[in-house]
Amino acid sequence: MAFFIASSPHEHNRSKTSALMRLVIMATIPGIFAQWYFFGWGNLIHIGIAITCALITEFIVLSLRNKPLNKYLLDGSAILTAILLGISIPALAPWWITVIGSIFAILVVKQLYGGLGHNAFNPAMAAYVLLLVSFPVQMTNWQPPLSLLPIDLDFNNALSTIFTGFTLEGYSVEQLRTHIDGFTMATPLDTLKTNLTLGLTLDEIHRAMPMVFGENFALGWEWVNAGFLLGGVFLLIKRAIHWSIPVSFLGSMLIFSFIAYSFNPDLNPPTMFHWLAGGTMLGAFFILTDPVTCATSVKGRLIFGALAGFLVILIRNIGGYPDAIAFSVLLCNMAAPLIDQYTIPRAYGQGTSKNTEELK
Amino acid sequence: MTIVLAILVLGGISLLFGALLGYAAVKFKVEADPLVDQLDALLPQTQCGQCGYPGCKPYAEAIANGEAINKCAPGGEDTIKKIADLMGVDVQPLDESHAEDNSPKVAFIIEEDCIGCTKCIQACPVDAIIGAAKQMHTIIADECTGCDLCVAPCPVDCIKMIPIKQTTQNWQWHLNRIAITEIHDDENLDDSNKHQDNNKVKAS
Amino acid sequence: MSSIISRIKKGQWWKFHGGIHPPQQKHFTYNKPIRNIAMPEELILPLKQHIGQKGELIVSVGDKVLKGQPLTQSHHPMAVPIHAPTSGTVKAIHDAPVAHPSGFNEPCLFLEPDGNDTWKKRVLCENYQQLSHQAIIDKIANAGIAGMGGAGFPSHIKLNTKPEIEFLIINGAECEPYITADDLLMREHCNTIVEGIKILDYILKPQHILIAIEDNKPEAIKAIQQASANENNIQVCVIPTKYPTGGEKQLIKTLTGQEVPHGALPNSLGIVMQNVATCFAIAEAVIDDIPLIRRVVTVTGKAVEKPQNVWALLGTPVKHLLTQCQYQPQPKEHLIMGGPMMGFSLPNSYVGIIKTTNCILAPTAKEIPNEDNEVECIRCGQCADVCPSQLLPQELQWHAKAKNYDQLTKYNLFDCIECGACAYVCPSQIPLVYYYRIAKAEIRYQQQQELKAEKAKARFEARKKRLALEKIKREEKHRKAAEARRAAMNSNSAEAQSAKSAVAAALARAKAKKAQTAEQQESSKSQENIVEKNTSDKKSAVAAAIARAKAKKSKTAPKVEEVVEKTNKPAKAAATQQEAVPAVDSKKAQVAAAIARAKAKKETQNKTTKTTKTTKADQTKSSNTTTAKPDATKATKTVTKKTAEKQKATSKKTQSKAKPAASTTKKVTAKAKAAPKRTTANQKVTKDTKTNDNEKTNNIAVTSAENAEIKAQKIKAAVAKAKAKKAAETNDANNQNTQESDKKQRIAAAIAKAKAKKQQLNQQQQEST
Repeated sequence: MAFFIASSPHEHNRSKTSALMRLVIMATIPGIFAQWYFFGWGNLIHIGIAITCALITEFIVLSLRNKPLNKYLLDGSAILTAILLGISIPALAPWWITVIGSIFAILVVKQLYGGLGHNAFNPAMAAYVLLLVSFPVQMTNWQPPLSLLPIDLDFNNALSTIFTGFTLEGYSVEQLRTHIDGFTMATPLDTLKTNLTLGLTLDEIHRAMPMVFGENFALGWEWVNAGFLLGGVFLLIKRAIHWSIPVSFLGSMLIFSFIAYSFNPDLNPPTMFHWLAGGTMLGAFFILTDPVTCATSVKGRLIFGALAGFLVILIRNIGGYPDAIAFSVLLCNMAAPLIDQYTIPRAYGQGTSKNTEELK
Repeated sequence: MTIVLAILVLGGISLLFGALLGYAAVKFKVEADPLVDQLDALLPQTQCGQCGYPGCKPYAEAIANGEAINKCAPGGEDTIKKIADLMGVDVQPLDESHAEDNSPKVAFIIEEDCIGCTKCIQACPVDAIIGAAKQMHTIIADECTGCDLCVAPCPVDCIKMIPIKQTTQNWQWHLNRIAITEIHDDENLDDSNKHQDNNKVKAS
Repeated sequence: MSSIISRIKKGQWWKFHGGIHPPQQKHFTYNKPIRNIAMPEELILPLKQHIGQKGELIVSVGDKVLKGQPLTQSHHPMAVPIHAPTSGTVKAIHDAPVAHPSGFNEPCLFLEPDGNDTWKKRVLCENYQQLSHQAIIDKIANAGIAGMGGAGFPSHIKLNTKPEIEFLIINGAECEPYITADDLLMREHCNTIVEGIKILDYILKPQHILIAIEDNKPEAIKAIQQASANENNIQVCVIPTKYPTGGEKQLIKTLTGQEVPHGALPNSLGIVMQNVATCFAIAEAVIDDIPLIRRVVTVTGKAVEKPQNVWALLGTPVKHLLTQCQYQPQPKEHLIMGGPMMGFSLPNSYVGIIKTTNCILAPTAKEIPNEDNEVECIRCGQCADVCPSQLLPQELQWHAKAKNYDQLTKYNLFDCIECGACAYVCPSQIPLVYYYRIAKAEIRYQQQQELKAEKAKARFEARKKRLALEKIKREEKHRKAAEARRAAMNSNSAEAQSAKSAVAAALARAKAKKAQTAEQQESSKSQENIVEKNTSDKKSAVAAAIARAKAKKSKTAPKVEEVVEKTNKPAKAAATQQEAVPAVDSKKAQVAAAIARAKAKKETQNKTTKTTKTTKADQTKSSNTTTAKPDATKATKTVTKKTAEKQKATSKKTQSKAKPAASTTKKVTAKAKAAPKRTTANQKVTKDTKTNDNEKTNNIAVTSAENAEIKAQKIKAAVAKAKAKKAAETNDANNQNTQESDKKQRIAAAIAKAKAKKQQLNQQQQEST
């Protein structure tokens, strides 16, 4: 009878990476639901396309790399990437956008770097940036919330638009986006950016296009963000993510947007708008917290989140793009190893002044 | 006119910097050749001469002068990697002619066969062999670098290189290499010798 | 200081970073008393059961030993002895698997109990306070006590500290799941433990004594509190349950808020920590003179039917313990010595319990699964959150896999206490600790190599210096010699004159030598030629010696002989002996032998060259390669044969002459016979017969001498005496001769080997070309 040999510890808490991934996927549900409620079926269709493409790509690459399929294919990481990408893509963007994006995310950003755990950049965000830079028209075609749409955008219409570019009745995406008053609708951030560059002040923009911003901050988007915030809180409670990154990210956004706002309230939107517009909450709880690409120590993560918040405000207020989550995430991913290098926690018994004195 | 001026200005600047550089080269000249020392520190100091140089320092000097970095057999791949890092060149595989088993060994003199010729004593680069003419020689195992230089000069081939045995002291925690002993129930405790012989060694 | 005490009194503890709460699993054995088990059939006692050096055995196989009798001893400070756990017979001493994760074999002593359990003579100590500190520490050391919590650090070393001790911490935390050995010991033997603590108090004189017990052991806490109620400076600290609170560094942090500096021992902070089981052992050793021969072992896990704490004698095979607790064989057997977090897998169950074994865990496959589910690290950082040393395990594993040892050291790998908390929480199920251990071992090995390289370098440099110095000295000597010579030639100083006289002496010597050589036989002449050739450098010295001898007019042979012996030239010796008539025979033989050897050598040389030639020819002719080695050895054999024959002949001659001293001669013959090792069996037989003949003649001679008339007898006796003396001398000479020839024989063999080697090399070269 051969005895089994293993290194200690022999006991394990039986947690699994795939379980962690499943938890994160589950946490996206409130946000996706809000997105569905305000923007229709578009994003759900994109998520479906993205998951399919991502899994097929993952399967092919894993087979080529002779990796055990059962361990890696359904570990949830590819699905999570696909979901995050599907959420970020405009609801009525053509289907090939998602296909290119998800294949790029899995093949280039994840697997070419060595697969799960080895990628330097967040795959979903890297793919998003690729798409945004390569296909700016399609990637900024955000439709207004359903309530502002002139026509009823049901599942079939959304499907048709994604695959053919026209609804079943023959409206193009451009037509869908055109408001009754005759101007093209865009996301609140986009609208703000465009009009700010035209020389308007915040107040003027709000008065000119009240429907984009709704009663509160950003019609529809505020609820999507609230959904992701809910999911994020769930993850925090479940201890699937560490509190440090969301807290420091939102905190730094608060500080910097407050500084900017108090500096010039006419040109810089207030904090609540920043928090609830665009992909802020998605970024704070689901993207920046991707453990593979963020810093590792608590101190490092605080710095990492603060840097991301600062970059988001910087790009949104001064840069050329309306939203900045993806860019700031990628920039911070790049900075993460450096941050890690300088935030090694003091190990037990190392380098306290008292101890060094006593050693002498 | 402007061209002349430009040439003059540029020429002046280049002269100035040239002078500066020259001054710095003289003023801040590095006395010793630290590269050789650094290389020497990387080499395993077995002084075996398998690289074709009489000792590690000469080989370090040779590397600094452009000799191939892959000739150190006792150092193996690790040393080559370190030298490559230091020299900023690509890692090369160990030279074919030196490629051999470089597991740690110590020399051992079979004492019955030793005729006391002192040839190995003269060959040993680290004075790890004791003995006198027509007296049996022996090796101080702790000092032996396993360079194998004493093996060739021995006229009666009484020196063997034996691999250093693994004990619980120098075990490297390679659990998968533990020989798992298969013990049958019919064997009883008393003849532990027997079941040692009967052990079937399995790699887990 | 006072704040620490006030905090402790309030029950406020510092927090160390991280820590986990694995399922306790103590309920298996928690409520059952410590059981005594049946005596095993055999005890397997590894000679080294602690950290440090093993002692030297002082018993041997077959010895009867008594219970408590020491089996090893050593004067090394890091060595503690082992003792016979019961009376019995030492059955065997050999290498056997020991309780070590490597499963390697180490020297073990196998003891067969006789069942009587007879104690050695014990000296009870009524009042230890009459003893000096050193005496108690010696008692503890001689009782073989080493830390029983797990590491096995010799306890007497910890007690031999000089700095003033602020805190003596008694570790009863027992934070590992499953294990209840210390818990039960505290409950059942609290008074002995407190007794042990008092002894430590007496030795160390600490300001405060803290007994740390996790709050999951209420009964043990109560027992210890009651037992120590009368002691003012003992403070029972009930600390929160968290793994690894029982770790030395973590416990110090929890209780005092201090951190043991990297690379230092707790006593640098004025803290000494001892395990409760060690305190128990110390009390028994000091008061009752019971060495460390047994300990409490928790036998637990779902694979044993009756999990329980048992009193196990050291050396009890694990198999015996398992049988006693009704182990159920599992489809995939896994035995763990120690707890589930820091214990190690046993390669088999024929391993003896040692001083540090606190638990034998036999889990079922479901209880502790054995699959390898490792996937890539996703850097989730959970490991860093639980690491009690506040390291970054994910970074460490990254660098450990990449063998980036510099980075590992930078990330403080050596502060890792291998508690396993990181691997416990890792969702990727990476065996992190395993990677660290490999990396640690590798780094230690490299450090050793570096040290060794440093030493080798120093030795190499020293040797180079020495050689250079020797060269300079040699040159200096040569230069001086040359100068002296030149001075002798050129000047008329006193020195030169003396040199001249020396030259004259040399000339005289040469003349004398000439005269001498004229007397010699032709053979010796030829021999001398060879010798002259060989000794060209020493020639003058030899000549001087002879000349001196002549000048002294020493007609007495022995003196000449001495001189000649000094020259170490047998041929010369022969030449001189030509004059020194009485001792001639043996020397003659020697000369003859030498000549024969020389001839034989020449012949061999010819032969070997011939054989090489022929082999070469063979090689070119046919692909059938005849190795040169056998030929060469054949040649050598012929040489040895010839020499041996000559040798024999000479010895025979001597024998026939030295009849009365037959017995001594016999010895010589025997030696002569034994000398040529490589002579063939045939030769030996013939030799034997010949020696027999010699003996016979010798015997006849003796008997005839006895039978002769008294007068004649007297005369004969005198003659015989003289002859015997002579014979003795010859024998001596012969002895030398034979010894020499023996050596020669070996040298010849060596030469032959060398030649064969050379030839082989040649052959190889030829082949390669």
